[in-house]
Amino acid sequence: MNKVFATLDGNEAVAYVAYRCNEVMAIYPITPSSNMGEWCDQWAAEGVRNLWGTVPTVVEMQSEAGAAGALHGALQTGALTCTFTAAQGLLLKIPSMFKIAGELTPTVFHISARTLATHALSIFGDHSDVMHARTTGFALLSSGSVQEAMDFALIAQAATLESRVPFLHFFDGFRTSHEVSKIELVTEEIMRQMIDEEWVLAHRRRALNPDRPVLRGTAQNPDVFFQARERCNPFYLACPDLTQKAMDRFATLTGRQYRLFEYVGAPDATHVVVLMGSGAETAEATVQYLNDEGGKFGLLKVRLYRPFDVRRFCQALPPTVRTLSVLDRTKEPGSLGEPLYLDVVAAVDEGLEQGWTAFSTRPRILGGRYGLSSKEFSPPMVKAVFDNAASTRPRNHFTVGIEDDVTHASLAYDPDWSIEPVSVTRAQFYGLGSDGTVGANKNSIKIIGEGTPHYAQGYFVYDSKKAGAVTVSHLRFGPDPIPSSYLVTRANFVACHQPVFLERYDMLKPLVPGGTFLLNTPYGPEEIWSRLPRPVQEGLVRKRARFYVIDAVKVAREAGMGGRINTIMQTCFFALSGVLPREQAIEKIKSTIRKTYGKKGEEVVQKNLAAVDRTLANLHEVPVPEQPFNGSELPAPFSEKAPPEIRATLGRIYAGEGEQLPVSAFSPDGTFPTATAQYEKRNLALEIPVWDPQTCIQCGKCAAICPHASIRAKVYEPAALVGAPETFKSADARAPEWKGLRYTIQVAPEDCTGCVLCVDVCPAKNKREPRLKAINMQPQAPLRAAERVNWDFFLAIPDFDRRKIKVTQLRQQQVMRPLFEFSGACAGCGETPYIKMITQLFGDRMIIGNATGCSSIYGGNLPTTPYCVDHHGRGPAWNNSLFEDTAEFVLGFRVSLDKQAEFARELAQRLVPQLGDDLVTALLHADQRDEAGIYEQRERVAALKAKLASLPGPEARMLLGVADALVRRSVWGFGGDGWAYDIGYGGLDHVLASGRDVNLLVMDTEVYSNTGGQASKATPRGAVAKFAAAGKPARKKDLGLIAMSYGTVYVASLAMGAKDEHTLRALLEAESYPGPSLIIAYSHCIAHGIDLDRGVGARHQKLAVDSGQWLLYRYDPRRADAGENPLQLDSPPARLKVSEYLLAENRFKMLTKTRPEDARRLIEAAQYDAETRWQLYTYLAARKGSGTPAPAAGPVAAAVTPESA
Amino acid sequence: MDLSTTYLGLPLRCPLMPSASPLTRELDEIKRAEDAGAGAVVLPSVFEEQLRHENAELDAMLEKGAESYAEALNYFPQLGEYRVGPDDYLELIQQAKATTRLPIIASLNGTSVGGWTGFARQLQQAGADALELNIYYIPTDPELPGAAVEQTYVDILRSVKTAVTLPVSVKLGPYFSNMAHMARQLEQAGADGLVLFNRFYQPDIDLENLEVEHSILLSTPQARRLPLRWIAILYGRVRCSLAATSGIHTAYDALKMLMAGADVTMLCSVLLRKGMAHLAVIEQEMKRWLEEHEYESLAQLKGSMSQSKCPDPAAFERAQYMRIISTWKPA
Repeated sequence: MNKVFATLDGNEAVAYVAYRCNEVMAIYPITPSSNMGEWCDQWAAEGVRNLWGTVPTVVEMQSEAGAAGALHGALQTGALTCTFTAAQGLLLKIPSMFKIAGELTPTVFHISARTLATHALSIFGDHSDVMHARTTGFALLSSGSVQEAMDFALIAQAATLESRVPFLHFFDGFRTSHEVSKIELVTEEIMRQMIDEEWVLAHRRRALNPDRPVLRGTAQNPDVFFQARERCNPFYLACPDLTQKAMDRFATLTGRQYRLFEYVGAPDATHVVVLMGSGAETAEATVQYLNDEGGKFGLLKVRLYRPFDVRRFCQALPPTVRTLSVLDRTKEPGSLGEPLYLDVVAAVDEGLEQGWTAFSTRPRILGGRYGLSSKEFSPPMVKAVFDNAASTRPRNHFTVGIEDDVTHASLAYDPDWSIEPVSVTRAQFYGLGSDGTVGANKNSIKIIGEGTPHYAQGYFVYDSKKAGAVTVSHLRFGPDPIPSSYLVTRANFVACHQPVFLERYDMLKPLVPGGTFLLNTPYGPEEIWSRLPRPVQEGLVRKRARFYVIDAVKVAREAGMGGRINTIMQTCFFALSGVLPREQAIEKIKSTIRKTYGKKGEEVVQKNLAAVDRTLANLHEVPVPEQPFNGSELPAPFSEKAPPEIRATLGRIYAGEGEQLPVSAFSPDGTFPTATAQYEKRNLALEIPVWDPQTCIQCGKCAAICPHASIRAKVYEPAALVGAPETFKSADARAPEWKGLRYTIQVAPEDCTGCVLCVDVCPAKNKREPRLKAINMQPQAPLRAAERVNWDFFLAIPDFDRRKIKVTQLRQQQVMRPLFEFSGACAGCGETPYIKMITQLFGDRMIIGNATGCSSIYGGNLPTTPYCVDHHGRGPAWNNSLFEDTAEFVLGFRVSLDKQAEFARELAQRLVPQLGDDLVTALLHADQRDEAGIYEQRERVAALKAKLASLPGPEARMLLGVADALVRRSVWGFGGDGWAYDIGYGGLDHVLASGRDVNLLVMDTEVYSNTGGQASKATPRGAVAKFAAAGKPARKKDLGLIAMSYGTVYVASLAMGAKDEHTLRALLEAESYPGPSLIIAYSHCIAHGIDLDRGVGARHQKLAVDSGQWLLYRYDPRRADAGENPLQLDSPPARLKVSEYLLAENRFKMLTKTRPEDARRLIEAAQYDAETRWQLYTYLAARKGSGTPAPAAGPVAAAVTPESA
Repeated sequence: MDLSTTYLGLPLRCPLMPSASPLTRELDEIKRAEDAGAGAVVLPSVFEEQLRHENAELDAMLEKGAESYAEALNYFPQLGEYRVGPDDYLELIQQAKATTRLPIIASLNGTSVGGWTGFARQLQQAGADALELNIYYIPTDPELPGAAVEQTYVDILRSVKTAVTLPVSVKLGPYFSNMAHMARQLEQAGADGLVLFNRFYQPDIDLENLEVEHSILLSTPQARRLPLRWIAILYGRVRCSLAATSGIHTAYDALKMLMAGADVTMLCSVLLRKGMAHLAVIEQEMKRWLEEHEYESLAQLKGSMSQSKCPDPAAFERAQYMRIISTWKPA
């Protein structure tokens, strides 16, 4: 059979097989598995058929639990069904998995294994999720490379159908799921030969069918459950044989022979490692290297982990083995050891007992942990494991890959030890997300993988910041398959695509002596040397590097490509690396351009081709002199103003040195200080806003809309200007109440992302030159030094007394200090202005529970957090529980705080004799509805604490512990529409019904933004999103209307960009409402296909409101209590057609380019939706109130759900 | 009454046709135009900027944020083919040709040589019967002499003419030092017809918001005076076809244009207001007028009031303006 090669990543490889072997896919997006479902959805949209000639159905559910339920149902009615998930998603599926396995239902769950959230969330890979599923009754099959992932996807499918045992096929998240590799494709022909149609028909025959009805899912009693449960044993006993049979059959078809336990290495090995997943690739290469050097080492790869075949396990091991080092990519605190280790211990003993082994003596078994959260697992670590095994006193229960200086469990290793073969070309590329570096590298891999006999591998390290995201691409090319499942640490070629990285990253460190360094820079070959920082100059000389420069930005501009330098840098790589003959490489680049960009139009193709043609003439070699080393020193990456303990941990993480931090650098429970984003000076903006005090009307809109809190307003006494820097600007405050005070708008020059939103919303125009506003963008570089000083001076001016601010007026409210600043959200983000405003209003007394998603990433992804503190040290306290449980999580906050406040009141009353009646009465009857009231209560609590400190007795001590709860706390749940409309809806609904005083902010981007734009129930009709490629057919769920039906929930629908004062008013009302509040805030988003970083977000919000697509309203139950209509519709009638809004956003416009007829129909339907919704809301808002107060219903009791109903 | 005429070498049953406007963007409207008796249809202008910009915008927007962040390697489903720029337009031509018997005139709008000459070829392949080249150019560079501006028009026309074998008309504005010379140059460069005149959208100022307004004003009947003058002057001086556009709202307006020398009249504002079916009303009125005035055919009328044939040729020249002033008396 002819071999067919393909270059793809692990997710695509798996989806390719799963799609063709199934009829139904029930999915829910979760990193890093989302792409598998997306591939299936895309193929279904394109009409790709499965093995049996039908287009599978892909159904996106509201959660992984929902996906598992739908899958269970589809299986029970006879469809070939599969799913894809990871991490918490797998946990949510577990209840259904027990059922599916208990009913012996064949299916395959493909898992890109990912870390479970514990002390912190991590999107990266380890086996903590799949290990949690090992009790479900699913078979667990592990693949360790992109090739294996594709092969095992099919083997699992065959084995499950024949054995009836459901399979969980897993591979390492990111390392395998996202590695791009050249592999042999499993063709449909091979798939057909692997899947016996009789198995499929047998599955159909077992299906629920009213024509031959059966009953499943019974409830059983103690008399029979046990026996019935044991009835499945034969299937599990047969499963390993059937899996091996599938592997053998696969081998006859492809030549690739796999075994359940696969031993590689010396036949007479004394030391053997046992492990699963991608680490086995690295281990195998290391074993081979060590054995070539005369070693006696071996590796046992575990493929089928469940059912665990003890006999095959024992028989796979050489009789000479003296130690087995079992490596687990998971951690089970408190256990005897990690699961694979424990299984091996038991298996060896059982094998010895049964006589299944040939061991002369029982080998010593050592257990160790490695690679949690995609921690590198490289050859030096494998060597360290062998060194440990061979030592006189080997350590058990060790870790490898980190430095554990707390419990001293880690093995030391030599990071400089390398086994990379010389035949492999290795390259590293540093780029910005926006410059297309990764895309170009993926193209390069395809060019080599598909156009030459060579193998190619690419792995990409992304940033956790969304604005100014840095990418590092690790590429390998060579004549043989590449088993290196670790990052490139020795590169023949390093490319720096952005000159600013010279100051931030030591890119020459991985360069091998004599290697090539390519730099994109505006400076030519004559000028560049003196422009390089001194460490870079030294590095080039030390490495005897060949040094090349190109002004790729200029070439791109001349070719009409704006800032997209990807094609140019890719051409340079091929020209310099020699992986292909230059002419051939360029021809292949061009044909790839035609293929890649063809669908986007000839113009785009031509621009890219022109860029290729211009590249070589602009690529120059720079002779590296021996000296001088006259370059600048590197600036400190992290602000030196940060406290030493923060510099020592978070500062080093920011500087890219996190790998080197030992265990002791971290708190044991995942706690970190806030107010740390201020120490990252990212200098992302090429242009920053500059204030014109003469034109400014001091409306505060610029500060309000700024997503990054990098433009701020302050009002202050004139005396504060003493010592002001020369260029510090100030104006008389315009508000009548602030007569005699001064006012300043100041920009944080190094924190601004240059998104232009502030300028776009500025309503004040320069009368002499109306193209200018009260703030205007100007180049950052010449302003940076002076504005940095001005910013520091501005920060030092005391914050204005909050008691003197009319918080209902935006122009005054905006002088409140934001307690959310400089987040890593996208430049121009539509969510963060809401968060920032909330922190201005309530931040000094708020507790936030944050649903997983964009807001938890920009809110809490290390190294720093944007949540910060005021001059008293007060600020938001924040935690992220899960994606789905945020409403419940914050309800817990509220219940806890209320309980503590109640207890504090009780204790205070008991202590009246000691504390004094006046103080206790004032404390217990404090009016805390405004800033003044809260200020006074804080004073009272301080007085209370002072008194308590000297009081004896347990009650005084107890009261001291809960006294803070007497100050009103503001409890908030933050999340996106994926949380509120879909996965967390059940909990949200329950919390809304609870009557408790929690505030839930739904930042509605109308799509799952953080995982890449999958449709949610908030996605409006007609929008193109993943899983709605043909345009979302159904209308958006009206979450607000549902919440209003309780009558006891404050509900508001906002769009700050359309009406900022409305947002302000609603936030104040919501927070003051002593019951649940639901705020649905329209948040423009990069996933809308709008020019986010050019400041258009607010305009789009306004379009949404002006067209009636988004309604502004407030529903306040207090109004009903007063006899008024609780609903106030704050939107004017539509001034525009909905289509005028829709066609301004590419998420809608796209459909006109792909399915014009559908687009026309859906746009018409969207217009109808908007009109009917407007009619409904005007009707509801026009109803007259009763005029009399509503009868007191009594407190809404917190609903209690019995465990079983 | 025989209303037939010839335009760009195409025999037409009637001299009325919808001009390039959003009206002709829909196939249904084109069918309505045929039902209403249109002689031909000019499709809406495809803007050079639109072709360039639309591709670039789609590319940029769909790529925005891609390959930057580990959880979201892109934000949109990756679908095979997008209908970008000309795809819809080409399909419209094909559909219009397949479902009507109307001559279909495609319209290209641009200001520079190159870029869309390739597209002109695609329009021809799609079945267009002729091309209308709408050169929309407001020179603002004080260093740019008028001759260079005129040369740009000629160059654009030549580049399109070399790309296609179809008849090509040029739609242009009136702002030339010598319109007649410009017309002659275009004719020599291969123009098969001239469409007089392009009505540039004129900006206004929003006093409250200190913004320049771009709102579109529909034409008024007064607007036809300018093309009427130049058609009357050019009739007989150039051999290529002449099309009148701007301010033609009634049968009488059309008749005047035809008398001045137009081969066809193009309508827009009136059809936007009253619908495509109004073409039939205008045609009926034209017929009635011609019959009432005992014309044999439209051909008899065409050019009869051109400068060369009218009773008072000087009326079309500048002197006429002075005469009005000098003969005016206060009431």
